[in-house]
Amino acid sequence: MESAGLSLLTSVLFLPLLGAVVLLFLREEQAGHIKWTAFGFSLATFFGTLLLWLAFDSSASGLQMVQRVDWLPQYGISYYVGVDGLSLLLVVLTGFIMPLAILSSFRSQIFEERGRIRLYYLFMLLLEWAMIGVFVAQDLFLFYIFWEVTLVPMYFLIGIWGAEERIYAAVKFFLYTMAGSILMLLAILFLGSRGGSFALPELIAMVESGALELPFTGLLGAGSVQSFLFLGFFIAFAIKVPVWPFHSWLPDAHVQAPTAGSVILAGVLLKMGTYGLVRFNLPLFPEASVAWAPAIAVLAVIGILYGAWVSYAQTDVKKLVAYSSVSHLGFVVLGIFALNAQGIEGGLLQMVNHGISTGGLFLLVGMLYERRHTKALDAFGGIWKVMPFFGAAGLIVVLSSMGLPGLNGFVGEFTILLGSMGSEVLGFFFTMFAALGIILAAVYMLYMFQKVFMGDVDKEENRNLPRLHWQEIAVLVPILLVILLIGLQPGPFFDTMTATVDDLVAGVGEFIPRGEDMVAATALRDSPVLSAGAQGTR
Amino acid sequence: MTDIPVLADLNLAWTWPVVGLGLGATFLLVADLFIPRDRKQQTAWLALAILLVSFLLNLAAFPVVDSAFFGMFVVDPFSAFLNLIALTTAFISILLSVDYLQRSGMQRGEFYALILFTTAGVMLMGHANDLVVVFVSLELLSIPLYILAAFRYPDVKSSESGMKYLVLGAFASAFFVFGAALIYGATGSTSLPHIFEVVARGFAAGGAPELLLLVGTGLVLVGLGFKVAVVPFHMWTPDVYEGAPTPVTAFMSVGAKVGGFAALLRILVFALPVLSTGAIEASAWQQVVSLIAAATLILGNVVAIAQQNVKRLLAYSSIAHAGYIMMALAAAGHAGFGEQATRAALVYMLAYMFTNLGAFAVAIAIEKGDGSGSDLEQFVGLGRSRPLLAGVMAFFMLSLTGIPLTAGFIGKWLIFQVTIEAGLVPLAILGVLTSVVSAYYYIGIIVRMFLREGEGDPAAGGTGLVNGAVYLTFAGTLLPGIFPYLMIDLTRVVSTTLVGG
Repeated sequence: MESAGLSLLTSVLFLPLLGAVVLLFLREEQAGHIKWTAFGFSLATFFGTLLLWLAFDSSASGLQMVQRVDWLPQYGISYYVGVDGLSLLLVVLTGFIMPLAILSSFRSQIFEERGRIRLYYLFMLLLEWAMIGVFVAQDLFLFYIFWEVTLVPMYFLIGIWGAEERIYAAVKFFLYTMAGSILMLLAILFLGSRGGSFALPELIAMVESGALELPFTGLLGAGSVQSFLFLGFFIAFAIKVPVWPFHSWLPDAHVQAPTAGSVILAGVLLKMGTYGLVRFNLPLFPEASVAWAPAIAVLAVIGILYGAWVSYAQTDVKKLVAYSSVSHLGFVVLGIFALNAQGIEGGLLQMVNHGISTGGLFLLVGMLYERRHTKALDAFGGIWKVMPFFGAAGLIVVLSSMGLPGLNGFVGEFTILLGSMGSEVLGFFFTMFAALGIILAAVYMLYMFQKVFMGDVDKEENRNLPRLHWQEIAVLVPILLVILLIGLQPGPFFDTMTATVDDLVAGVGEFIPRGEDMVAATALRDSPVLSAGAQGTR
Repeated sequence: MTDIPVLADLNLAWTWPVVGLGLGATFLLVADLFIPRDRKQQTAWLALAILLVSFLLNLAAFPVVDSAFFGMFVVDPFSAFLNLIALTTAFISILLSVDYLQRSGMQRGEFYALILFTTAGVMLMGHANDLVVVFVSLELLSIPLYILAAFRYPDVKSSESGMKYLVLGAFASAFFVFGAALIYGATGSTSLPHIFEVVARGFAAGGAPELLLLVGTGLVLVGLGFKVAVVPFHMWTPDVYEGAPTPVTAFMSVGAKVGGFAALLRILVFALPVLSTGAIEASAWQQVVSLIAAATLILGNVVAIAQQNVKRLLAYSSIAHAGYIMMALAAAGHAGFGEQATRAALVYMLAYMFTNLGAFAVAIAIEKGDGSGSDLEQFVGLGRSRPLLAGVMAFFMLSLTGIPLTAGFIGKWLIFQVTIEAGLVPLAILGVLTSVVSAYYYIGIIVRMFLREGEGDPAAGGTGLVNGAVYLTFAGTLLPGIFPYLMIDLTRVVSTTLVGG
């Protein structure tokens, strides 16, 4: 399997980049060609990701479709890609969201003002390339490259085609994210030079076998190398997610970004953070993960409640949706740090759900904005009467976002709560407060729905809003279908991840203190480091 | 030693890249007399040809290890690698100068000869195996640069630039000479291999090093610190960079630094690695160098934020980048990391050379003939008026920030890695945090070019030669970013063992 040829995964990964190169050869005036070329490449990439899913063996836990080519052998760096249960759905999600985001930009009026249509689609495809790269890279160095490269196109998308405060938002986004990720770079360099390799599976194997010793002596102990490495990664991911209190870049970026930018931010970019937590933090630093789990879960719960609370106070639809992301991703982080199979599987599925539901919400807001050039809640009312299909689609997406049974959001949130309830590191109180978040979600989501869609058409400007264009319907229908599909048939989605997550949980689980048994086990293992770790979590 | 040496004893075979360049520069001065005043470009073509010959000779000498002039001059991969940087810098600077001098009315032949002389000085710094030779090459490097800085005579700012550089440069040289004298007093020799032996013997005997030696090393550090512009010896940099003609600034920001770092590495890492005050694993100078690096990183990056002129901004940014190279030097002070850190510093300098010269090339393209037009506001709208130029400039800025897929990232990565491995984690953390600070002002230029709407400068200075330099530096920044081994493999043969006298 490990060959230098063109594997399916590598082809899918580089297809968007190829598309970007093709765009270079088109002229700015050929707007139609540019649009459809970009759409074509992103659609082909989507079909490629579906092929990956078809070729994926759900019963196996390790990496699949692996390709590894030496890049800088003397430093232990290679081009090393592969998918497993943790990344497969996210790769497919990226493939799914991108054509929709591109299609939704076709009719955007922003180009009449700002132009540079070719550059726009070029950045879109570059972004897709880098995002898929983040999810498939199995070499820390390669991962870091893709991770940083996603910054640049997103920065330009916000900065050039964003709303009034776009420059502030773009610079803030760039600096915030870079500040986090550069600490991760140090952690990566440390791991790589200690382990002699940057390949993640090799490093994890070394950690498991004890060949790579990362002593853990408490949360912030002087010699607690593992804890500091954990934080190096965690802060980078927490900023991306964003975990409260690292979220302040998000409302700015979301609100100022063009519609497609918000969709991609919410749909995929934020997932890079939660994915990183599962992919790197848990298996590389199991003791530190166990020790930090309660503290991080507290941040997650605060995020859930704070996000919901602040959402409710917004008068700008887009800002409301942006803050709801903080709340929803709090659930994901909570699920991950429940450190059991349900929690992590629920978290992974909820990443997909949030991508689809919140992506859908941003698309809806974007369609309203194109018609009314405002995002103020008060400007709308009775939209359902004017645009019946739009209203129905809005209802489904809103219900999905607040977690109505039968739709996708419910499955993810329910599994997460199940996981957090049964978790040996969290437990009842975390679950209780998180569940409160679901109720609050219903409050702000329904409040928004009522203000925008229900009631009479009391604003003159809203009376003659044009109905949806076929392209807009084509964007919404796949989203509605997937919402129903995951809601009614979550089985196949869970199946992809079970084997990998079980393996992961088994690796982390041995560091979870289990009363007397745990003390006995550590005594048997005769490791002072381990017992210190166990005390740290009490 | 009383015998009068004959030419064959000098062992000139591998010295030709430098010696040839010096001869070429002298020849150029004479040849220039016969080139008519309105066709001074021909002097430039001649200078480029001389550089090319020297470059090829140097390539041939790349893996050679040898010494000449009775051991005062060494040829090793370290010096050959630095020669590549110095010669490329000179080549690109001349490409940038030809049209610039023409339109600002300073087209004079001695300009190119001076560039060649100072380049020979830079190269000699890398070859020097004796403190006296270091001093001679330091002067050969500096004196032509004093003249070049004031080349826009009678412009006041340019004269100020030359004057400031001269006065402070003379101070720096004095510090260096005094330091060298003290080291001579302590060890009885100015030859680096001999100094190495004496210090190593003292270290093996377990005694503390003589105070003279420590003070002498400190003074040498001060003198060279001026040349590479690290805090607190950086004061002259912004004024000199701003006042000097921009191609000269471009050359100075790379050439003078490379020369200074060549001597610093050669003296501290090659000759004095075991200068230690105790049984600890670190050299005595490591702590000082770490502190200098930290101060340089903080000051360079923070003060750059406030700049409104691209030349001043690049001046502070060049101070900051000297700080990153100082990080490698600090790491080299840890026993066993000398070689790895030296390689990291070399790769960093190569990456920095391409990126920084590229940035200056773009700055030259938008500068007006009278030397004005280097305000940052001049960049507003450049993304519309000159999309390609602006795009490449954005790439240079990302490379200076250290974003992946650029040469700058490779350099930073190697330096951070060796700093961490040498156990200087706080310094590494400071290094990455200041990188975030630097992102603010580098991104600020991208904001002006692409995000803010404006008429856009026509970039009249972007002539064929300048564009050629831009593309050359762009390739030099992009290709190693994707294929890092292009740069890294070149340094694989570099060793920090001194070639014996």
